[in-house]
Amino acid sequence: MTESPTTGKPGPNKKAGKRNKPKKPKVPRQAMPEQAPEIRRNNFKEVPFGYPIDTAVIEANRCIQCKKPKCVDGCPVGIDIPGFIKAIAERDFEKSIRIMKEANALPAICGRVCPQEEQCEIVCVTGIKGEPVAIGRLERFIADWERDSGNVSIPDIPDPTGRRVAVVGAGPAGLTVAGELALKGHKVKIFEALHKPGGVLIYGIPEFRLPKSIVMAEVDYVKKLGVEIEYNAIIGKYYTVEELLTEEGYHSVFIGTGAGLPYFMNIPGENLNGVYSANEYLTRSNLMRAYDFPNADTPIAMSKKVAVIGGGNVAMDAARTALRLGAEDVYLVYRRAREQMPARDEEIHHADEEGIQFNLLTNPISINGDEEGWVKSMTCLRMELGEPDASGRQRPVPVEGSEFDLEVDTVIVSIGNGANPLLPEATPALDTNKWGNIIADDKTGLTSMKGVYAGGDIVIGAATVILAMGAGKEAAEAMHEYIMSIDV
Amino acid sequence: MNEIKIKQVLSEGVKDFVVESPVIAKKRKAGQFVIVRINEDGERIPLTIVDSDPKGGTIRLIFQEVGKTTCAMGELEEGDSILDVVGPLGKATHVEKIGTVVCVGGGIGVAPVYPIAKAMKEAGNKIISVIGARNKDLLILEQEMADISDQILVTTDDGSYGRHGFVTDAIQQLIDDGVKIDLVLAIGPVVMMRAVSNLTKKYNVPTQVSLNSIMVDGTGMCGGCRVSIGDKTKFVCVDGPEFDGHLVNYEELMLRQKAYLPQERKSHKNHKCRMEGME
Repeated sequence: MTESPTTGKPGPNKKAGKRNKPKKPKVPRQAMPEQAPEIRRNNFKEVPFGYPIDTAVIEANRCIQCKKPKCVDGCPVGIDIPGFIKAIAERDFEKSIRIMKEANALPAICGRVCPQEEQCEIVCVTGIKGEPVAIGRLERFIADWERDSGNVSIPDIPDPTGRRVAVVGAGPAGLTVAGELALKGHKVKIFEALHKPGGVLIYGIPEFRLPKSIVMAEVDYVKKLGVEIEYNAIIGKYYTVEELLTEEGYHSVFIGTGAGLPYFMNIPGENLNGVYSANEYLTRSNLMRAYDFPNADTPIAMSKKVAVIGGGNVAMDAARTALRLGAEDVYLVYRRAREQMPARDEEIHHADEEGIQFNLLTNPISINGDEEGWVKSMTCLRMELGEPDASGRQRPVPVEGSEFDLEVDTVIVSIGNGANPLLPEATPALDTNKWGNIIADDKTGLTSMKGVYAGGDIVIGAATVILAMGAGKEAAEAMHEYIMSIDV
Repeated sequence: MNEIKIKQVLSEGVKDFVVESPVIAKKRKAGQFVIVRINEDGERIPLTIVDSDPKGGTIRLIFQEVGKTTCAMGELEEGDSILDVVGPLGKATHVEKIGTVVCVGGGIGVAPVYPIAKAMKEAGNKIISVIGARNKDLLILEQEMADISDQILVTTDDGSYGRHGFVTDAIQQLIDDGVKIDLVLAIGPVVMMRAVSNLTKKYNVPTQVSLNSIMVDGTGMCGGCRVSIGDKTKFVCVDGPEFDGHLVNYEELMLRQKAYLPQERKSHKNHKCRMEGME
């Protein structure tokens, strides 16, 4: 736990003249209890337990209720952060969740996976002199409180507008669009390629970081708003986008298909057995429950020594999953330095605590196999930091003669995802950029096709859950305006 | 959804299902496949769409019982439903009139070759079918193949029916007889497709093969199905399943198909049906 211990020191009483009331002692940012590393590395249960009620109230009272709250500007979906926190401080939890849900239909998810430290918490005024208010933990608290209470409130839905909307993909962007439009009285159906809803929330993010039951509860909420979901429906193959707008009779379509095309390194040996994309490794373990093999039928490598290539959140997820699947040594191989890792500090910290071995400034150049076609080692080069590159980060350059072999039986490549071309290829009228991302208006998500909107990773490239949700929210506004402007 | 309308047994361990799937029945083209999952614990496996009836809203799937999933699927009866059927997936066969097409199917591979041969026939090509099996009892779809072929050659490894030998022997015979072949389409065990490709390469006969690799999602998201085609890595699910037979790295494909053999055995231990097909 990273919190500073309680100091209990009262603030200095500078001008004792006017008011003699001593300042309240400074309350530190409240820690969230969590499973101990040596225990959790052997199970798939969620790592943090969440705030108990009294802790949440103490934390909520740390918020100074700024008149012009910067945190709200920092939030991609514009949650009334001081508002929901004030209600927690007043122990009016029902009010708090109501305020929350006005802006965010999926708070239990966002409270867990949003990078609050880069969004709302980084601008928190309380954080200037001390530590910021734990906005993410409070968001999680209030969402969990509602779910645990068993009374998930459903807002009033206006009369049907007679407009029908098709949403492609039941991930964060699609679920947000669907929820928002259902709340406006439109008939919404989501077409999902996989057999379960959630997109990356279900196939990608592991149970220990985001329990599937929470994803399902949030999806249930969206369904209760009247949204229908058809599974196993791959738009581009099953129906085309044009067909949705014509034969299938939808007035507008939202595309939120995500960034589902794994990049590989293009180094020798990448097609050996035991080499996975992080997508495949995580999909097998999460969506297909390979961790429960043979009770579940989908297998996964029974690894002893695993190298995960990459430094993002997905790499951390893959490494920590490998550990929980029984690997003895898990190496995280990243070509830059720790400070340059794109993963959230919290994830790096958790991985470190659990015993993931960081091989930083290390770049793989080949994967070597045995006669049976299985990985037996990975040859790497040591790197050092040189001049800054286009991204502003110091460019890693190889150290001459530093080649060495890392003995591993499994390699998980986690260096990012591109735009999945399946839908764009089947939709010639949809303009894409040179990386295959759908070109959509910054503000509205409108694409080159009339009535067709897009948002999330398929537009901006692999990013975060909350940015996809933010895009979904904006697109929903624009779609609402559009469909209300046409005659039906 | 996905109700099994007709179930037939084609040979030992080979089942033939007609499954209700109205949208896929309308959309599918020759060469495409579906991914099925039979129950909540089930894995996702790809199966070629052998035929479809767009009016009746059904697709036909033929599969061999080789592992836990296919065996459990073989135990389903008419009136049962398959939990998930996703498709149509993969790129459709490029169908055009090119002349004489030799359609080669080995073992269970006759099933995926059938729709392609049929489409090629409908496009006006002359179809010479070469189908083979280990023995007479394992030969499937002979009559259907004969119905859409201008000529059909049958081989069995043990000589119990048709020509004694391999499909490659029959193709060699056609070449020796001076038959002008414009395209060979070969589907079957990897060793067979490799042998056919090696043979046709010598004579510069264009050859397409359809690959069956391990998949999870079937949409290009996981990359588990990757194969080396020439010096490039391709995904069977979205770039294939058909590739230039002369460019496929068959050795790698064979090793990759065995990636989960130990686990498959474990998973399959208590199941009574055979595992030979895995080898």
